[in-house]
Amino acid sequence: MIAQVWRWLVDGAHWQGGTGIAQRLLEHLEYSGMSVLIAAIIALPIGAFIGHAGRAKWIIAVANAFRAIPSLGLLFVVAMWFVSRLQGDAAYLVPTIIVLVILAMPPLLAGAYSGVSEVDPAARDAAYGMGMTHRQVLTRVELPCALPLIFSGLRSAALQVIATATIAASISVGGLGRYLIDGLANSDYTEMAGGAVLVAALALVVDGVLAALQRLVVPGGLRTARSARRRRRASAVTQASPTG
Amino acid sequence: MKRTMSVAALTLTATLALAACGGGSSNPLSKNSSTGKAPAGTAAAGAIRVGAANFPESQLIAAIYAAALNAKGVKATTGDPIGAREVYLKALQQGSIDLVPEYAYSLLTYYQPSATQTAPAAVRAAVIKKLPATEMLLNAAAAEDSNTVTVTKQTADKWDLKTIADLAKHSSQVTFAAPPEFQGREQGLKGLKEKYNLVPKSFRALQGTAIAQALKNNQAQAANIFSTDPSIKTDGFVVLQDPKHVFGTDNVVPLITKAKATKQVQTILDAVQAKLTTDNLAEMDKEVQVDHKDIATVAKQFISDNGLG
Repeated sequence: MIAQVWRWLVDGAHWQGGTGIAQRLLEHLEYSGMSVLIAAIIALPIGAFIGHAGRAKWIIAVANAFRAIPSLGLLFVVAMWFVSRLQGDAAYLVPTIIVLVILAMPPLLAGAYSGVSEVDPAARDAAYGMGMTHRQVLTRVELPCALPLIFSGLRSAALQVIATATIAASISVGGLGRYLIDGLANSDYTEMAGGAVLVAALALVVDGVLAALQRLVVPGGLRTARSARRRRRASAVTQASPTG
Repeated sequence: MKRTMSVAALTLTATLALAACGGGSSNPLSKNSSTGKAPAGTAAAGAIRVGAANFPESQLIAAIYAAALNAKGVKATTGDPIGAREVYLKALQQGSIDLVPEYAYSLLTYYQPSATQTAPAAVRAAVIKKLPATEMLLNAAAAEDSNTVTVTKQTADKWDLKTIADLAKHSSQVTFAAPPEFQGREQGLKGLKEKYNLVPKSFRALQGTAIAQALKNNQAQAANIFSTDPSIKTDGFVVLQDPKHVFGTDNVVPLITKAKATKQVQTILDAVQAKLTTDNLAEMDKEVQVDHKDIATVAKQFISDNGLG
């Protein structure tokens, strides 16, 4: 079975054309990317504002409750509503994006909110003490300090969206989910397993890219606690072995 | 590095787990596809226990058989719907049910997936060869619940469509809605291409009522809908004729254990079969699925309307 899946994956013929793996990967990235982007545009400012002002925290709680919505069921309901209101592919693509945006919002909101609200009060006070306005404190102190948690929200949202975007295939949209749905319908389990491996691989690659981006963007002094500990440990080792 | 390794290990585990699910070509899901079990043998001795598959039309036909038998003084009972074909055929063979409504072509493809017969008589002959010695088919009804190529009334009028061949002339303008398995099947796009040269511009893989919805809202110009689907009546769809038999004819036919198939039982069921048409079956499907009427009530109504009681 593993050998079959491998042969399926490396067969060049499976990668080409309008229904090839390359095209499906692109579609999958397109839907996922668009959904995470829209969710970020909505959720990050709201989360950052709630964290900064310390008000309207119920929004975070409500958004978290949204995590309990089963995406597949929501997709069918939304698609039912749109099918008579939009024409062509949009009638199926729009519901897909809506469902994925709803899926991506809670982790993004939570990341932005907790990142901003957990900024060291001393840093915040110092900024106010230097005469910064609210806006300046938010954009110059709190948001940079919140970056590690914002990124963790972003990565978690991206992973969930990439994994869940497969359900789009059940309402005729493309993406890697096609291999799962069509494979099941035709009892082609090699195709299904191959599709699942591709989704997992895509999620890992995207997570790796975001991790690399995080290293580039987050200022060195703000790396996560773990990397700070690692640095401390490393320096402790060098100090403990002066002869080395 | 450690993290990369653990991720790699996780991926491998997932792959192995998947692989373990799919050894061979048999469907790993089918053995769990039914949750129901055969109705318990509580019926009085000699009563005919009518089983049904787990979808409304099968339960409806089972109820009609039972009502017709009871009306003529042959005791018959129905139970809860049993499940998929794999399960109820087993129940029939083991004797926990005695009679079940079947569909000729689907039954044939169950026994012989590569079957090429599509004409009703050929299908029937082929099924009879495959049946266990203890079971027999009674007369087929005119009613059939087959795969179809269906279009909206507007499309049929606009392009003057009667048969699938007429639709093939407009292939380049057709988006085709159907379940995903339709793409790879002989009774699907393959057959439509071979026999009618119908190659739709694009294919929209949908399930269940979403197919009729897509057709109704012009997201698709043609669709694969079962011939008794209530949407054909409620939305005024037009079923295109299939003179070259891409689709096998799934006539409704009772499958019964020989031990229970007395002359009287056969006469009663043959009378029911003679009255069942695709049209009135579709109408009753609508009453059950759209109007949510009670199955037993609809069945009794059919018996009295057709002078079977």
